[in-house]
Amino acid sequence: MNVSVQEIRLSKLKFQTEPAQQNGENHLEAVSAEAAQIRAYLLSRGNSAIADRGFRWLMVLCALSIFGIVVLIATELVVRSRLAWALFGLDFFYKVFIDTYTHKPIYWDPVNGHFSALPFLYGTLVSSFLALLLAVPLAIGVAVFLTEMCPQMLRAPLAFITELLAAIPSVIYGFWAVIVLVPLLRDHLNPWLIKGFGWTGFFGDDNPTGLGFLAAGIILAIMILPIISSLTREVMTAVPQSQREAVLALGATRWEMIRVGVLRNARIGIVGAIILGLGRALGETMAVTMVIGNSPEIQRSLLANGSTMSAVIANEFAEASGDLHLSALMELGLALFIVTIIVNAFARLMVWAVTRGTPSSIH
Amino acid sequence: MRARIRTLSDGAATGLAVLATVLVVAPLVAIFAYLIYKGASSLSWAFFVETPKPVGEVGGGMANAILGSAILLAVGSLIGVPVGIAGGIFLAEFGRGTKLANAVRFTADVLNGVPSIVMGIAVYSLIVVPQGHFSALSGGVALGIMMVPTVCRTTEEMLLMVPNAVREAALALGVPNWRSVLAITLKTASPGIITGCMLAFARVAGETAPLIFTAFGNVGWNTRLDEPMAALPLQIYVYALSPYDDWHRLAWAGSLVLIVLIVLAVSLVRFVTSRGVLKGAS
Repeated sequence: MNVSVQEIRLSKLKFQTEPAQQNGENHLEAVSAEAAQIRAYLLSRGNSAIADRGFRWLMVLCALSIFGIVVLIATELVVRSRLAWALFGLDFFYKVFIDTYTHKPIYWDPVNGHFSALPFLYGTLVSSFLALLLAVPLAIGVAVFLTEMCPQMLRAPLAFITELLAAIPSVIYGFWAVIVLVPLLRDHLNPWLIKGFGWTGFFGDDNPTGLGFLAAGIILAIMILPIISSLTREVMTAVPQSQREAVLALGATRWEMIRVGVLRNARIGIVGAIILGLGRALGETMAVTMVIGNSPEIQRSLLANGSTMSAVIANEFAEASGDLHLSALMELGLALFIVTIIVNAFARLMVWAVTRGTPSSIH
Repeated sequence: MRARIRTLSDGAATGLAVLATVLVVAPLVAIFAYLIYKGASSLSWAFFVETPKPVGEVGGGMANAILGSAILLAVGSLIGVPVGIAGGIFLAEFGRGTKLANAVRFTADVLNGVPSIVMGIAVYSLIVVPQGHFSALSGGVALGIMMVPTVCRTTEEMLLMVPNAVREAALALGVPNWRSVLAITLKTASPGIITGCMLAFARVAGETAPLIFTAFGNVGWNTRLDEPMAALPLQIYVYALSPYDDWHRLAWAGSLVLIVLIVLAVSLVRFVTSRGVLKGAS
């Protein structure tokens, strides 16, 4: 009984595919269509259908758990930050308490119940943009060199080094910064900056420690450089070779070829790579916490101490002084979560727009 | 004249690109060399067998932190690896080209970019608050969650490298689909998947932020999952911010151990993906 049904199905398959095979031009398509049909037939056989379906659902479930994780994080953060949200609402992100005696703003004073996210938003933005300012030109330069100019021999080792550096834990970068970078800034770069550019107001001389926004920006730049440059490289390799050849055939020099043929075609992906680096810089915690100085203030000077959203969470969460304090920190975490999700989603879409169809490497 | 300007700008651009590369690679290599030099000169036998000593006493090691990290990573892998591989199987074998698969892939990539400290506070409120105290279990869960997206995406990429003929051959022999996936496709791609898991493992091995308020750290030995546990990156963090030279030495040694782990994982991945260990299958 069973056998005859199979035979009928097989003969049906044959009948359907025979006319297509006679057509020589569509031969390949027909063969793959036939293969797909046979595969579907083999998959639908009765004896393992239940096990197969169960297996399939198990895999789907595990894949769905990724959505589950995101939802779980979001709900936990929302639930735990309800207290601060109910008390401050949106004021949390822009209002500042002015001390009645000294007329100076008090941003963050957990003991007396003053909570404002403003200095942390400011610190996160300043340190991240400083990092981008330093990292982006260098990263693109490296990517251009590696994809278009580099001798074949150097390419693999250089790519390997960048990959390796992207994987070094942030606490180790922070440790290196505390021991090497901060003294270097304190003794050499900062005095020079204060002397030369002190008049702009961006380099005040009231912080002799070497910690601060500049130190955080530099260490962040070092950390996001490998990510931006390897993604930019990937995007640039995805530009078809014919684009380069076409521009070269018009008599362009190498730089004109890179500018017109490669960078212009890959620009969306490069912007995506930069935004992805920004996302990394926004959420980076340990290295920044170790060098930014951790004081919740807003100062114009880049050499002043500051704090970021992630740094204040890392510093105060374990010893929070009460429910409200904890809730305010949770709200900062929620804000960070939402911002990084948006930034990352945006950046991924841009990178995908360029590299779609080419195999991507592992990140 | 115009041709001259064009040649000059070409040269200038080349020079700038080379300069950028030197500016980036030189300091990065210097950092790396410095870490290795400092670490190698601070590493000693005591580092691997002794627990931390109180302030003022010379010596001591990070044995308990190494054990703690191993336990936390084991818990993390137990959660992250199976879920991640299963997700990857779905993406590569069942969901190819479907909307659901695209959504999962996208979410995994986005989840990969969520700051680890956010994972930390989420797991804190999920496990530590109901439990009432810091615990190794919560630290392991945080690390496990962070492993899922990486493992999932690498598994998918490795499975996609397996040629369709292998799958069809298995099905033609009458093997049920689930067995063909597990015993044929997954096995063919296993070198790549294992190294992908190692990469995820090495990345979370250095994570500090999600452990500060989950595993919390511990100065003594602990093997119980419901109590605070020491971890290598946590210990490095604490020692790095201390003013004592002796503690700095221990932190350098700890950094070296972490870096060796990472270098091994990254070079393995590179070896597997570039040399084509999957070649035998095609």
